[in-house]
This record gives sequence, structure tokens and C-alpha cells, in this order.
Amino acid sequence: MLERFPGSIFADSHGQVVVYVDRAVWLDVATFLRDEEQFTQCVDVTAVDLIVASSRPGPVGVATERFEVVANFLSHPRNRRIRVITEVPAEDPTVASLTNLYPGLNFAEREVYDMFGVEFSDHPDLTRILMPDDWDGFPLRKDDAPARVPVTFKGDPGPR
Amino acid sequence: MSEQTKDSVDEVIEVVDEDPLDRPEIEDDPEERRLEAQTDEGAQQLRPMDPRTRELVLTGGQWPEVEDIDDTMILNIGPQHPSTHGVLRIMMELDGEIVLRAKAIVGYLHTGMEKTGEELTYVQGSTNVTRMDYASPLSNELVFSMATERLLDVEVPERATWIRMLLVELNRIASHLLFQATNGLDLGAVSMIIYGWRERELTLRLLETITGLRMNNNFIRPGGVAADLPDGWRDDVLELCTAVERGVAEYDKLLSENPIWRERTVGVGLIDTQQALALNVTGPILRSTGFAWDLRKAQPYLAYDDVDFDVIYTQNGDVFDRYQIRLYEILESIKIVRQCVERMPPGDYRVQDRKITPPPRARIDESMEALIHHFKLFTEGFRVPPGETYVAIESPRGEIGCYLVSDGTAKPYRLHIRGPSFYNLQAMDAMVPGGMFADAVAVVSSIDPIMGEVDR
Repeated sequence: MLERFPGSIFADSHGQVVVYVDRAVWLDVATFLRDEEQFTQCVDVTAVDLIVASSRPGPVGVATERFEVVANFLSHPRNRRIRVITEVPAEDPTVASLTNLYPGLNFAEREVYDMFGVEFSDHPDLTRILMPDDWDGFPLRKDDAPARVPVTFKGDPGPR
Repeated sequence: MSEQTKDSVDEVIEVVDEDPLDRPEIEDDPEERRLEAQTDEGAQQLRPMDPRTRELVLTGGQWPEVEDIDDTMILNIGPQHPSTHGVLRIMMELDGEIVLRAKAIVGYLHTGMEKTGEELTYVQGSTNVTRMDYASPLSNELVFSMATERLLDVEVPERATWIRMLLVELNRIASHLLFQATNGLDLGAVSMIIYGWRERELTLRLLETITGLRMNNNFIRPGGVAADLPDGWRDDVLELCTAVERGVAEYDKLLSENPIWRERTVGVGLIDTQQALALNVTGPILRSTGFAWDLRKAQPYLAYDDVDFDVIYTQNGDVFDRYQIRLYEILESIKIVRQCVERMPPGDYRVQDRKITPPPRARIDESMEALIHHFKLFTEGFRVPPGETYVAIESPRGEIGCYLVSDGTAKPYRLHIRGPSFYNLQAMDAMVPGGMFADAVAVVSSIDPIMGEVDR
């Protein structure tokens, strides 16, 4: 795999295989894993907002950006797992959608979009999934504080 | 009837005749099938096993504009509807009684538990995650604790491992009993809710004597379990095993050969292995397609490679098979529970590292150090070295995973739970269309979604 995708960095995270790949080859890596390495399922896609991380996880050499999109692949025939991580910058939070390869990621990518505002290009229906459609902000971003929503109490006398 | 109305009625009938999804025609006459059903044999042949398999449509995109509003009807079910298992909302496009499309709309139970998880220490974390899949809370705690322990590089004592296995299997029994009860209720076998609840209540009562709480136990914690097993637990557990086995035999007798039950379930909601894998389906739904994948066997955790049990799987991928798998999995779990009773090793029920687990209550009165440890642990928690990990286990509903990122502080930097129901719900897109509306209720019920886990 190293030969196919030169910029990628392999790491061992507590006994699990992790690959940090470039955002541009995100879709190609998934295609490669599915078609040539028999990774039959991509069990999960999620993201991490690293804006306030005091010490960043991951191996040396990874050019860290604000967001990390994390995909966990599972191969049934080989009984192995691999985790693929890509860095996504804050100014252009876009990454290719894997729904054409793994249709079951539809909900997962919508959740990542809903919670982090990371967009997946070519996703068939990139709408909010957990939050209301008219929600403002992305709750799981670290700068989106919980309980920031102004609450209007019934009979509120207003500011004193 | 005026001339004009009659014309439009004809028009509607004409339109209905065209099959908008190009479904394979069910050749036999419905009236003939109904008559056949009255004979005592061949309930399974009532619905040919494969009439509704069709090309998998997996867009999930925006629905195109309906061209002629008279053709089809958009029906909204839920979010408050008895058959939707909580607050699931389903939009369905119906052509008469045939469902053309179904779309699950979730989020009504979203309470931001992943965000909450970032604000709680690892000590408090299991209190939070246990409320996600509220029908099998111990699986959530287990996966969170295992992820934390992997980041800490801590090995839990053997007894703790076996207690965890015992509890998780008891919880699986309770969860599958819940399924039997509600599945029966959804499909009109109303007495099942009484029978299923009867045995489930026994199981929960046993969990209460062991953990102190019926649900949301918060018993499996990083470093082990909260307490040792109570006196006399062996007799209680064995008594429960006998009661549940008797119950399962009764359900089997009541439902499995029941022609009405079979007519409602056999051949309904079909899905095949390829579709299930593509849609990220795990657990009993995947196993019902003939794919014997169970993480307890495939990637053993706890002491599952040490106990003897079978993976239940069937070939047809319909509602009946999913019912059957969950029924027989109860018996397999009882097998494991019996082995736990027999082979429960002696020793500690949690690691004796005072930085991770609290000291015994009695020590606090006599030891200053114990008091400090206790105080530090419950105010600040323990620090976890930086790193990230993904741990997956087999919950009653499928693969539940925990992606945990630590930045070296006492709180998780990111806590993500991969809820199996969240993904399994997508299988509805493949199973419902082409079937009758009443079958959609059967399909949703057979997915067994827990909305607390879907929305988190």
C-alpha cells in the first residue's frame, strides 16, 4: 500500500493498524481497500476536532489540520481491521464521500456533517440528521459550546 | 357518480397498473393464496421465498417531485407511534398498500451524549454511555471500559473478565426477551408482551441484585466492575436460566409453528448478504442472511474463546429468521452463563491500582492515603495517556464500537460510539420497498432499533 499511496504514514496504535493518508487520495484508498484488500465493510466514519488538543495523537510526520476524519474498515474474509485517517483543514472542510463504495455510510457521513460541518462531496443527501434542519452551528466542534442556546422563559420580564 | 369523476377513477386505476418500481410480479392470484392459507399445510409456501428481491436502490437522496399527486401517497409515521420503538419517524411513499419507498428520519432523541462525554471524566464516563442503548446498557459500559483500558494499557483481573461476561450475557438475554415481547406485540401476537416481559423482569431483577439497578447499571467501569458478586448469586443465576429456558420453549411452541405468525413473517422483509454488508448491517440481521459473523467468535474479547457456544445463523434473511435467531441466541447465552457459574475464577473484581479504582470503603476510615486516593479519583479522575483507539464488541444488536481519543487529560478528548442500530436502520431502505404497508411494521420491529443509541 505504501507504494500505491506514497504520502501515507503507517502507525501502530495499541496494536491496531492505522494509516494517515492524504485527503486527495481518500476515495482511492477506500477503493483500493475494498477491491484489492478485501475490506468488505467500512464499519464507521467519524471525525475529531483537534483545534484545542494540547497534545495531538498520532505519529510524527503527520501534518495536522483542524479536523481528522476517521474511517474504520473491517475485512471479513481476512478478519482484520484497519483505520484510515485523513487531515481536513478548517478553511476547506471537504472530503470525498465513500457512499458509492459503501452505501451504508450514508447516515454516518451525514452525522459527521451535522456534528462537525465537514462536507462530503458526492454524498447523495448531505443534510442534517440528528439536529433540526434549521440548526445553526455544528455541536461537536470544540468552539461550539454546549448550552449556548438562549432559553426564553415564559413570562420573562426581560433585562432589568 | 358524475361522468367526470368516473373518468378520473379509471385514470387512477390505469396508473396504478403500471408498476413504478418494475417489481417482479407475484404471479399467483391473491384470492387463491388466501384460500390456500386455510389449509393446514404449506404456510411457508404462501409467500414464495423470493418474490420481492429486486435491484438494490441505495440513493437516500432527495425525493424527486411526485409528478401526479394522485398516483401515490406520502405517509408519515411517527415520531410518536406505538410501532416505531420510541421516536423513530418514517416517511413512506405508498401506492395503495404497497410501499414504494421508505425513509427513516432520526434525531428526535438526540441529547448530545458524545458532547457530554467530553465533559465527564473517565470515571464518570460509563454513567453517560450506559444510557445510549438502554436495552443493553452493559454492552455500552463494556465497550467504553475496554477502550479506556486499552489506552491505559491495563489488564483487568480474570475474575473481573468473567463477571463482565456473565453480566453482558444476562443483558443479552434481557434484550432479546424484550425483542420477543415487542416483536410479538407489533405483529399482533399480543400475549407475547406478557410472556416476554415476565421472563425479562426476572432477568432484570437478577441484574438488580448483582448491580443494584435494573437498567443503566453503571457497573462495568474502567479497571473492572464496581463490586463483587453478591452471596448466593450462583443459585439465583441458575434459577433464572431454568425459568428463561422454560419461557423460550413456550415462545417457540406459541409462535414458531403458528400458521398466522409464519404468514406474517416468512418471506417478509428480505435482505441478502451482499446488501447487508453494503449497508453496514451487523448482528442478527446480518446473521439471518446466512453469514455467520459474530465478533465473540471472530475476534474474541473477554473470555469468549474459553467458553463453548455456537453462532446462530439462518439462510433466508426474512423477519421470521431474525425472530428465530434472537430466540436461539437466548439459549446460547444461557449456555455461556452456565459456564460462567461453573468456572467463575476467584480473585479480584477490579485492578488494585489506586490511581484507577477507588479503595475499599473501610480503608478510607483508617488510611490517609486511601482517603486522598478516593478524593482525587472522584474529583479529578485519572489521567489517560494520549492516543486513540477503536474497540468493537458484539452487542445484542450488532457491532458496537467505541472510538476514543485522549489528549492526556482526565476527560476523553473525543468519545464516539458506533451504535449498531444507527446503521441497521438503513437496512430498512432495502427491506421495506415492494412490500405491503403492514409488513413494514414487521420489518421495523425485526430491526429492533433502540433510538437512544441511534440518536445518542
